[in-house]
Amino acid sequence: MTGMMRPPEAQGLYDPRNEHDACGVGFIANIGGEKSHAIVRDGLQILVNLDHRGAVGADPLIGDGAGCLIQLPDALLRDWADENNIALPEAGQYGVAMCFLPQDEDARNFAASQLERFVQSEGQIFLGWRDVPVDPIGMSPVIVAAMPVIRQAIIAQGPRAKDQGAFERKLLVIRKQTLNPLPDLAARKELPDLSDFYIASISSRTIVYKGLLLATQVGTFYKDLSNPLTVSALALVHQRFSTNTFPSWKLAHPYRFIAHNGEINTVRGNVNWMNARRRTMESPLLGADLDKMWPLIPHGQSDTASLDNALELLLAGGYSLPHAVMLLVPEAWAGNTQMNPKRRAFYEYYAALMEPWDGPAAIAFTDGRQIGATLDRNGLRPARFTVTDDNRIIMASESGVLPIAEENILRKWRLQPGRMLLVDLEEGRIVEDEEIKSRLANAEPYADWLRDTQYHLKDLQVPEGHENVKPLADTDRLRKAFGYGEEDLKLFLKPMAKDGDDPIGSMGTDTPIAVLSERPKLLFDYFQQNFAQVTNPPIDPIREAMVMSLVSMIGPRPNLLGRHAGTHKRLEVQQPILANEELEKIRSIHESVDGAFRTATLDATWPAAAIGNALEAAVQRLCWEATEAVLADINVLILSDRGAGEDRVPIPIALATGAVHHHLIRQGLRMQTGLVVETGEAREVHHFCVLAGFGAEAINPYLALETLTELGIGAEGQSKYIKAVGKGILKVMSKMGISTYQSYCGAQIFDAIGLSTKFVEKYFTGTATRIEGVGVEEIAREASDRHRRAYAVGGSTALEHQGVYAFRTKGENHAWTPTNVADLQHAVRANLPDKYRTFATEVNDQSRRLLTIRGLLSLKAAGPEIPLEEVEPASEIVKRFATGAMSFGSISREAHTTLAIAMNRIGGRSNTGEGGEETDRFKALPNGDSMRSKIKQVASGRFGVTAEYLVNADDIQIKIAQGAKPGEGGQLPGHKVDQHIAAVRHSTPGVGLISPPPHHDIYSIEDIAQLIFDLKNVNRQARISVKLVSEIGVGTVAAGVAKAMADHITISGFEGGTGASPLTSLTHAGLPWEIGLAETQQTLVLNGLRSRVSVQADGGLRTGRDVAIAALLGADEFGFATAPLIAAGCIMMRKCHLNTCPVGVATQDPALRARFVGQPEHVINYFFFVAEELREIMAKIGVRKLEEMIGRTELLEAETLVSHWKARGLDLGKLLYQPETKGATERFNSERQTHRLAGILDEDLISSAADALGDGTPVVIERNVRNVNRSVGAMLSGEVARKYGHAGLPSNTIHAKLRGTVGQSFGAFLAHGVTLDLTGDANDYVGKGLSGGRVIVRQPEEAKRTPGDNIIVGNTVLYGAIAGEAYFNGVAGERFAVRNSGAIAVVEGAGDHACEYMTGGVVVILGPIGRNFAAGMSGGIAYVYDPDGKLSAQCNNAAADLEPVRAIPGSGERPAGESLSEDFAGGNPLSWDTDRLHMLLQRHAEATGSATARDLLAAWPQSASKFVKVTPTEYRKALQLYGSHDEPAAVAAA
Amino acid sequence: MGDPTGFLKVERRDRTYRPAEERLRHWKEFVIDRDPGESSKQASRCMDCGIPYCHTGCPVNNLIPDWNDLVFNNDWRNAIDRLHETNNFPEFTGRVCPAPCEASCTLNLQDTPVTIKSIECEIADRAWNEGWVTPQFAPRGTGKRVAIVGSGPAGLACAQELARRGHNPTVFEKNDRIGGLLRYGIPDFKMEKHLIDRRQTQMEAEGVLFRTGVHIGVDVTVERLMDDYDILVLAGGAEKPRDLEVPGRDLEGVHFAMDFLVQQNKRNAGDDEDRAAGNRTISAKGKHVIVIGGGDTGSDCIGTSNRQGALSVTQLEIMPEPPASENKLLTWPHWPMKLRTSSSQEEGADREFSIVTKELIGADGKVTALVCERDSERVELKADLVLLAMGFVGARVEGAVEQSGVSLSGRGNVDAPFGEFRTSNQRIFACGDMRRGQSLVVWAIREGRDCASAVHAQLSAEARRAA
Repeated sequence: MTGMMRPPEAQGLYDPRNEHDACGVGFIANIGGEKSHAIVRDGLQILVNLDHRGAVGADPLIGDGAGCLIQLPDALLRDWADENNIALPEAGQYGVAMCFLPQDEDARNFAASQLERFVQSEGQIFLGWRDVPVDPIGMSPVIVAAMPVIRQAIIAQGPRAKDQGAFERKLLVIRKQTLNPLPDLAARKELPDLSDFYIASISSRTIVYKGLLLATQVGTFYKDLSNPLTVSALALVHQRFSTNTFPSWKLAHPYRFIAHNGEINTVRGNVNWMNARRRTMESPLLGADLDKMWPLIPHGQSDTASLDNALELLLAGGYSLPHAVMLLVPEAWAGNTQMNPKRRAFYEYYAALMEPWDGPAAIAFTDGRQIGATLDRNGLRPARFTVTDDNRIIMASESGVLPIAEENILRKWRLQPGRMLLVDLEEGRIVEDEEIKSRLANAEPYADWLRDTQYHLKDLQVPEGHENVKPLADTDRLRKAFGYGEEDLKLFLKPMAKDGDDPIGSMGTDTPIAVLSERPKLLFDYFQQNFAQVTNPPIDPIREAMVMSLVSMIGPRPNLLGRHAGTHKRLEVQQPILANEELEKIRSIHESVDGAFRTATLDATWPAAAIGNALEAAVQRLCWEATEAVLADINVLILSDRGAGEDRVPIPIALATGAVHHHLIRQGLRMQTGLVVETGEAREVHHFCVLAGFGAEAINPYLALETLTELGIGAEGQSKYIKAVGKGILKVMSKMGISTYQSYCGAQIFDAIGLSTKFVEKYFTGTATRIEGVGVEEIAREASDRHRRAYAVGGSTALEHQGVYAFRTKGENHAWTPTNVADLQHAVRANLPDKYRTFATEVNDQSRRLLTIRGLLSLKAAGPEIPLEEVEPASEIVKRFATGAMSFGSISREAHTTLAIAMNRIGGRSNTGEGGEETDRFKALPNGDSMRSKIKQVASGRFGVTAEYLVNADDIQIKIAQGAKPGEGGQLPGHKVDQHIAAVRHSTPGVGLISPPPHHDIYSIEDIAQLIFDLKNVNRQARISVKLVSEIGVGTVAAGVAKAMADHITISGFEGGTGASPLTSLTHAGLPWEIGLAETQQTLVLNGLRSRVSVQADGGLRTGRDVAIAALLGADEFGFATAPLIAAGCIMMRKCHLNTCPVGVATQDPALRARFVGQPEHVINYFFFVAEELREIMAKIGVRKLEEMIGRTELLEAETLVSHWKARGLDLGKLLYQPETKGATERFNSERQTHRLAGILDEDLISSAADALGDGTPVVIERNVRNVNRSVGAMLSGEVARKYGHAGLPSNTIHAKLRGTVGQSFGAFLAHGVTLDLTGDANDYVGKGLSGGRVIVRQPEEAKRTPGDNIIVGNTVLYGAIAGEAYFNGVAGERFAVRNSGAIAVVEGAGDHACEYMTGGVVVILGPIGRNFAAGMSGGIAYVYDPDGKLSAQCNNAAADLEPVRAIPGSGERPAGESLSEDFAGGNPLSWDTDRLHMLLQRHAEATGSATARDLLAAWPQSASKFVKVTPTEYRKALQLYGSHDEPAAVAAA
Repeated sequence: MGDPTGFLKVERRDRTYRPAEERLRHWKEFVIDRDPGESSKQASRCMDCGIPYCHTGCPVNNLIPDWNDLVFNNDWRNAIDRLHETNNFPEFTGRVCPAPCEASCTLNLQDTPVTIKSIECEIADRAWNEGWVTPQFAPRGTGKRVAIVGSGPAGLACAQELARRGHNPTVFEKNDRIGGLLRYGIPDFKMEKHLIDRRQTQMEAEGVLFRTGVHIGVDVTVERLMDDYDILVLAGGAEKPRDLEVPGRDLEGVHFAMDFLVQQNKRNAGDDEDRAAGNRTISAKGKHVIVIGGGDTGSDCIGTSNRQGALSVTQLEIMPEPPASENKLLTWPHWPMKLRTSSSQEEGADREFSIVTKELIGADGKVTALVCERDSERVELKADLVLLAMGFVGARVEGAVEQSGVSLSGRGNVDAPFGEFRTSNQRIFACGDMRRGQSLVVWAIREGRDCASAVHAQLSAEARRAA
């Protein structure tokens, strides 16, 4: 290991740019600013208690880094200065640079001299170097060997720095100048170690002690921190969890100002935009110093480091700390009608100055005088804080990080979405969010400024006399020139104009990627959308629309650091897709808005007659024209291909856009102009997204609109089309977790596939491309081919049928063809090996006809051919096979059980898919067959995920993403939810079910570690699998997942199928598995993690050859879905989403299900055919066991493809890269993960409850708990479920009385019969998957806080709860009862998004609630105490009825029963309101001693009238139609 | 796809026939058109499959889901354009095609395929009635001349495609009228011949020259022809019939089916007996007729015999009786072997299976009976007229083929790979039954079209080289 453990250079498919991290963050401060050593000590204690949020790599002694930021310890430094006879100026007039210096002496000396030089040149005084005393005891020798030389440079304020602020700015300038040129200097001076030089902090106020340390080591390693002279009023600490094991000393947090938990999704765009400001930024404070600071944000840093750079710039530019943070991470203001108008104006004003840094983030920040924290707009990270009676505040990712007696706590609260917490140590008080923001919002007349300077496009007119563009001529040919086909009209334009939605399709893509297609493809097709997986969550753009925004700012941006930006004119559009008239408004804007804007239309076409590289020349010309225009004060550029026609070929508009955008960024001119695109090419959602991603601020699709007109679709249809595009863009943005168009714009959220690096770097700079491919010449040829065909003499004007979404003989190639489907089915039905061979030959040949990347690979022999008998038997090989995740619901019971029986017979694995499994399938059939799926999937909807379900698994698979639609959720419409499906999903027949895009308990990498821990607790025997989708960077995610203790990782290709998905996702998101698998293999091997996980390849595997290639690229196991489904009768109708499957596979219609003909034998025959084909291949290449093939990329060879005009540029070298290993066992799954389950609290609970588990004897257990006690009750529940099933034990058989602050996932999957009764408070995920148990959390008697103002449980409580009861004597965080299926809960207040996606159960809320209540709630009921009538404004569910509680009983039984949620003893939910509410309040009072409940009961029945009942309309209808849960007869009759 | 659940709501209803006794009285077509509107309903049954098996089941790869959707939406105007994109003569195939598309229709899994053939036929018929089928002129001529020998569906399709690409095709036909087997092999009651005439008119307007009564290889030598034309396309069909090599074959009253059918077709066309039959009239009237061969030609012989007034008609098939229905799981989407009853068989014929003719017996030189073997058992069948409908063994070699000197395949067809259609002679192409061996009309159209593309590609490449 070299230097300071820099991440290795990019090698193979691994690229350090893809690394992610997340973590635990916390701080402690004395509000009064009183410094003490105790604060430092407590800070370090917090760090230790956050340990479980970090990670260790292959070597348990190597953590991902941790650190601590404190105020500059003057006494300590003065002590050192005295000893060394250095005259230290008084505190505040000197600063300390905390330096990590290179180990190499020459490099070190040079580095030090550079710093000293710049200190001098900036007029400050260098006082000396202080060796920082360190003690590496207990640290890994590897780390110690790589440790930097840690020294502090002491710098005194120079005479010309007029105050401490100016001194701080100088220190920043010194740091920038010292560090920015290092990579260059390192190369020039041949001192490679020079680039290791790093300045952790340089300030006169704060100092950072951090490193590649475990949490426990920070305090022991840095002796300064244990020195009593070190005092501080604040300590900001951070524990890192990185996705892989190349963490470095510098990547540890905190940075200079911040520590961060989460991820900035838009960072690529943010960094581009920042650097694009070069020519438009000036600062009176920084003056000429600003020029010395470029690049402001160097490329290749982590997102947090980049954010820190942006923040320090804003601070140096004169913004206050909270002001700067508000600019960077604004609240969701655009759609928030409840926001104070002044505050909205503030945000709207700054929206033009800075695009949001968007992503899940809890950011703690300090400048040494103030310390605070803020949350992202959607509140996706936890942040809890406690204020004590000795004037301290403790904020951390979780509660309980520092033990404090309850009676000393004044307040326990949390940070809310978009809100800020600020402690002003100088003023000695906490400044509340409201105060900070209103102070800032009132500081300037933002609303006036906006009124004077902000133009809304809708308010503008096209001036009279403005000449509109000429009507289009010969549109039939024009469409062909732009590559239109029949499918564009049939599948996109028409349905979008009719329904206003992005169209839906099903099954997977089996067509070649653009570079392998024989047909000319659009440049758009070479870009695949990125999506969030694990390290950050996608968003639900429909249910959480309040955070989403399509607002776009067109035109030049004001000076970010200017005082007078208020006079700068701005143009705003509500959404970026422009109708023709709107574009004319912009084109003519200089006429209507005097002088502020000037536009120029640049021609994005080239002459058809031109020879040579005309496209490249045309793009060059376009860029030059753009520069000239901007220099001539044109501030809105319109790139237009309207000039296309017989004589002019349109430049692929993505190329024109990317080229001009990056050209202007490089010239520093991009911020001086807006970029609008007028194009005939864009028509699908994906097209618009590519243009936006590469910088288009607005887009006019004139030909798409013209085509609609010609189809007879008028204005209404056209606006629906535009709306559909907008919705589609929101969906694509939200897949990556990006919520605003402004930050999506230019964010380049794409992987290029099949484009050459040269081409991408020139026109789409910074976009990842891994297998090379075509360049500008081929792109030109595709465009001119289209043009030539369009205008060929005598050529047909009829549009071609592209055959992409449905097979056509003259259209695109497909892997599945009419002949091979028939061959496969005939082969498996009559057991005809020869027929299978015909099938396999066609598929494999097809591969060579360039359908897939694996088709480009050929196999090399490892040794001489061996006799077939020596190859391991097929019966062993098939054990590595699994069928893909397909839910009962998406496919019929017949199809589902056929696959399960087949897989069980051959020792393979079938997968439940999302949506549970009928319990009858857990038991073997009399003939010995079993319908039990070995793999139980846990998806974001958590339908049917009970403790019983989990204990019946061999593998538990966390579905992060699905190949066909990564980053998206799912929806099962009500009409598909019949009584069987409803029963297994624990929902109501007829009620639609939504699976949210994210897992609401996985917003970041340390969250998945928690979920894995939860599941492992419930079922210790099961392997925990994580299903990921191939994209660039998936390898790093996989490494993180491996560190999070997954046992198994599936890498799914974009070819994977689906029951329903927007076509945009089906074809344009994700990558082939070959790339993701290879990257995963390489990254895991590099990290030394490969041997402890099993890797499965999945998505479009069809033949033995496919399996062989997957194995050689690194797969241990193999998932198949479409092929076995075809063996069982699927004929690729692609109608799954319509429930009309004519072969009974993907339908719930009994008449159609009767047509199902599949038999387990068919599926078995298929798998044996595949295995036999594989054996023949193995024999041929001389391999006896599959194990010997895994990861052996040297046995693969990329074929040279001189014949194919596009594919010949491909280079699969990176795919076949093989990192060095010490032995073969490091290449495949050869050992097991070490799960840290030993010694957890549940072991104690289980042994204490032995009697109860044995024979049901009731037991009472009393224990104290801490935040490190996580998933309490989960393992115990697993034991109950294993023995007693879902029914569990009688209520309260096991009664655990606990005290303290408990860790995450308290009561997860708690089984019936177990009561967890906690006095204290709990963290996130309480009652996750509650399976019948009872969870009580109450405030201790000694605490005198008002429960309604006191947070008692964290975020995402009762997620996916199936049944059981929960009583919380305080307020819950965000997303209370999200996706609750059946639990009954009482709480005294809740945050945003309460009852989101709820499908059943009863929730009673006795206090205030946050925004977006009941979004996507389709079932269950809620009672909300709403004395002020505020509920309807907080409620986001047009389809829910708000009504008073009714006293009059209706039908059904009166609520009664020991356990309310079992079989819904709560009676008919449509009636019995007052009885039910009364009973629940009584129970709440009884369980928690709640005073609120007692008061309400005392005022009964008057108090009942202050409750509002919330009932989803759909639920009411379904209950009326099918009867309530307690009326099985009615259900059966329905 | 107009209606995703159409197939669940609408029952299959195909066209029906007039009653047998009525249709035996004339030579006209007897299919009863469906009510207007029925086709739209039937088209709604199409599921627009992700893999439309019909589309590849169909030899010309008709865009069946696409025009079904147009018909569902009553857009007949665009439907004919979509149909013509892949099929030059849908009014022919809409009548005489056995419709492999319907066998491969997904709904045939339940024996209820979409009535594709009837819809096709209606699209074509409506288009003609509405005057939508008009000549399509090539924008610019190439000056290249192509001689096409044979005016059957392959030659016609080839000629039309070449003309539309600007070449000058001349079609040579040895008979007095164009159409080949389409005109003289298929009885009028299955397809009336004015349909061919109006296509001829259209094609002539498009620039196709027809030279009937010119027998290439007899009247004009191939060598001579090659002097005048850039390319020669052999589309002369597979005319050589399979003979019955048994004792008694030369008895009077034993004829090849085609000799019998051509006479009747000429009579129906209005030719007098002399012109229709010369002095060798073959008639079934008052006779016991035996048709040897169980295929379509055999059926045509039955229908013609019955209309001529045969006393009895018996059809002999050498193969065993196929099952009444196929095992879908092992056959679909392919063409299944199963017992089918043609309209002619329905009109009256005894069908014998697994029967082999061993000898023909006669008196006074005239045939009187057949000696056959069935399950190793000797059977004697009375016969006054024996019609041999046992298929064709290949192209007639003597004459044009021989003169052209092109290589032949082992099966006696002109050797030219499918897709290229070029024979061993660079300038000579071949298509249709002459290349493929006997097959369906729809295959002939496909071959003619693709051959035209191949010819066009060669001519264009040469033109580019010359330029």
